[in-house]
Amino acid sequence: MGLAKRIIPCLDVRDGRVVKGVSFVGLRDAGDPVEIARRYDSEGADELAFLDITASVEARDLILSVIEAVAAEVFIPLTVGGGVREVADVRRLLNAGADKVSINTTAVLNPRLVSEAASRFGSQCIVVAIDAKANEQGGWEVYTHGGRQATGLDAVLWAQRMQKLGAGEILLTSIDRDGTKSGFNLPLTRAISDAVGIPVIASGGVGNLQHLVEGVTEGHADAVLAASIFHFGEYSVQQAKAYMQQQGIEVRLN
Amino acid sequence: MASGVDIAVVDYGMGNLRSVSKALEHVAPLAQVVVTSDPEMIHAAKRVVFPGVGAMGDCMRELADRGLVHAVKQAAATKPFLGICLGMQMLFEHSEEGDVAGLGILPGRVRRFFGDMGQEAEGLKVPHMGWNEVHQQRAHPLWAGIDDFARFYFVHSYYVEPADAEMVSASCAYPFPFACAVAKNNLFAVQFHPEKSQHAGLVLLGNFVRWEGHSSQQSVA
Repeated sequence: MGLAKRIIPCLDVRDGRVVKGVSFVGLRDAGDPVEIARRYDSEGADELAFLDITASVEARDLILSVIEAVAAEVFIPLTVGGGVREVADVRRLLNAGADKVSINTTAVLNPRLVSEAASRFGSQCIVVAIDAKANEQGGWEVYTHGGRQATGLDAVLWAQRMQKLGAGEILLTSIDRDGTKSGFNLPLTRAISDAVGIPVIASGGVGNLQHLVEGVTEGHADAVLAASIFHFGEYSVQQAKAYMQQQGIEVRLN
Repeated sequence: MASGVDIAVVDYGMGNLRSVSKALEHVAPLAQVVVTSDPEMIHAAKRVVFPGVGAMGDCMRELADRGLVHAVKQAAATKPFLGICLGMQMLFEHSEEGDVAGLGILPGRVRRFFGDMGQEAEGLKVPHMGWNEVHQQRAHPLWAGIDDFARFYFVHSYYVEPADAEMVSASCAYPFPFACAVAKNNLFAVQFHPEKSQHAGLVLLGNFVRWEGHSSQQSVA
């Protein structure tokens, strides 16, 4: 027995509200981030991830009050990403109560942000999010801007470089699989996880509980992230953990 | 003493202490919890929490620059004191992280995971990040109501190696056992983050805010 594999529900937040039809039974307000976070916490989520997809500049600070409100009530690690452009953004999110901040597009545009943020706040709170897509050479390419912009960067080399610059964790999303419910891209996940010495969170494509298991056993992921299977009430975090344990994966059940 | 705050959280400019203070306020709604870098306030507080994240060298330097070394040492010697994460590591004599001296309140040193073996030893990742089992070695008031082997949230690349095995209050395995909680008189320190360890963490913090600082340690076995 030892370190448990983590299950991380992800909440997409726009203008301070959780989006993507949440259909929890018994919630007064399906879009209230605090209520949803509390629900996942009580089901045994090991961490929570918040992806801020707010488009308008005026509404950007709303995520800070969301994190403040969640952090005052939910005592598990909170990772926040989306629109992190400079060290000041990282600081604001950490001060609001985030434990880790994930950097995506800006890591590509300005890799120094990763090293600066890591040396300023510690690697433990810097997550680099990598969105990757299969290329014709049988490898994977890094994309930015929500998966719209190709970069020409090899995802495995990029992950290694991010580790060198001080990333404490990699949040890896397969663009090919995201939203398909056909399971993680296991070769991609395994290639990255085996190539770096820091933890890797697998994301993109979860449609059932067996997919979570495969992310760990075949993808070698240290943590698995899912949004829709939890949001739509198909499975609870508790069910996911019970299933993973049945399949021989160590999870936190207390 | 009587006019001091209930709980002082030592702030030396390293990282976010909001989650620590929020968790303390949650378990002690009536207590006055202050995040402070004022040595006088730490001196007068009834209890002191000493958190920390980042690199040991930076933390030690910030602590010295703010004139907090004496206040922390004095608190660690006299009143209920809780070190968390780097706030545990700094209590020891020396760290491999940057080859720096710690506060030297407790004998022992701080070592890097798999430092001798290279980072990918055992196929385990560094930092040791996530929920791991905490095996209580000795009874202590701060473990009241917490199951042996309860999971707590860890995130660290270095661990303490106390010179005195008697002070090890709990151990954790990654994959070899290391000291994840130490206790001595009025002092208790943990490598994990109770403020991020959901129920078990809140129980521990709740025990701390009621603890009078007597260790009354006995062996569980």
